[in-house]
Amino acid sequence: MITKRIIPCLDVRDGRVVKGTNFLDLRDVSSPVDLARYYSENGADELVFYDITASSDGRKLFTDILTETARTVFIPLTVGGGIGSVADFDRVLKCGADKVSVNSGAIRNPALIGEAAKRYGSQCVVLSVDVKRVDGTFHVFSKGGREDTGKDALEWIRFGLAEGAGELVINSIDTDGVKRGFDLEMLEAVCAISDVPVIASGGAGCAEDFITLFESIPGVDAGLAASIFHFGEVRIAELKALLAAHNIPMRM
Amino acid sequence: MTGIIDYGVGNLFSLCCSFAFIGEEALVSGDRAELSRCDRILLPGVGAFADAAQKLRDSGLDDFVRETASRGKPLLGICLGMQLLFEKSYEFGEYEGLGLLRGNIVPIPDQDRTLKIPQIGWNALHFPKDKPKSPLFRDVNEGDCVYFVHSFYATDCDDSVSATTEYGIELTAAAEKGSVFGTQFHPEKSGKVGLSILRAFCALDLGGIL
Repeated sequence: MITKRIIPCLDVRDGRVVKGTNFLDLRDVSSPVDLARYYSENGADELVFYDITASSDGRKLFTDILTETARTVFIPLTVGGGIGSVADFDRVLKCGADKVSVNSGAIRNPALIGEAAKRYGSQCVVLSVDVKRVDGTFHVFSKGGREDTGKDALEWIRFGLAEGAGELVINSIDTDGVKRGFDLEMLEAVCAISDVPVIASGGAGCAEDFITLFESIPGVDAGLAASIFHFGEVRIAELKALLAAHNIPMRM
Repeated sequence: MTGIIDYGVGNLFSLCCSFAFIGEEALVSGDRAELSRCDRILLPGVGAFADAAQKLRDSGLDDFVRETASRGKPLLGICLGMQLLFEKSYEFGEYEGLGLLRGNIVPIPDQDRTLKIPQIGWNALHFPKDKPKSPLFRDVNEGDCVYFVHSFYATDCDDSVSATTEYGIELTAAAEKGSVFGTQFHPEKSGKVGLSILRAFCALDLGGIL
């Protein structure tokens, strides 16, 4: 049976992981390469590298880090942030990314999803969507969740799937950072229309939140989080053992 | 030295990195003469079957792959590279494969429309109980997970199946015959388990088989 995936997300700026960590057993906690290796050795099923660099120098540094990571980490790597063209796909895929996640870039240029899916295959194209409730409906937000596009999220997701997106990352702005659990209502609505894997993001505060996620919404394939893993509040190996004990299929 | 066939299909970066990591020399090449000097050959591939089969023919390397197999030199196909080893694929049409393994490539069945296609993620390997375990999996345990990304799979190939995985039905995860090996999953993306498979491929001693 296919297993549910646990995915830590690393925000990288100017070559460093942005959110600090408190791993005592890691010498340089803000080195993306070291942290990626640590997660890979401790049960992570996949890694997401998110490039939040603004400068071109930083971008070069980011791809260097990606290359360095790909040399020592042999689990799937997804890269997001600053992906606005097929050339950007090419740039990160050549450096070791297996999948590329598009967000604001696809909102600016919706044809990008289809172009990338045709060139690299759907399995390569992850549509990442920042969603927030506005007047009782789900809206797509852009620019890191700061700007309401006015687009209906479920319509946007349907469009992305029809264009060939091979996976979805659904980040709920309403629950992000609140640490009271994933946005089950939103995820259920997305799973009802998605025939590709759905990765839940935003809201995980403790291990139990992952149990609730996978038990209440069977359509969710993976749980993604950043700070609770980086701060050591939840250890991935322990989390997976707990989930397995709840009969949720896990890669141990 | 492992020769990785470069015929313009897919991204070989991770594959090269994985060989470097396990301390095995690898050469990426589309040149027949260079590849002939290698001790073993790896046929990678992602994307559509028809397109990859055409590229392999256009590069003239399809004959080289057949020759590698007929000489008994170890050959490993990964993902679409594995599918190419079979007789035919029914992916959006009907296309000829290399015919080195008996069987055909067909879509993963999803009659109830409950499965997500492609299968993307980590799934467990199961080994057939009625035959000895493949030397490729000498360090792999029953139930160990590996990483899959595929919409099609090999069927009608019972005699060559060396591992299966369960996704709605039992799917061929790996197949082999003599010196020809194939994995539907990506060993280069399957963590320690995957690296152990690449290591075992490099250490194959086929003296007893051939």
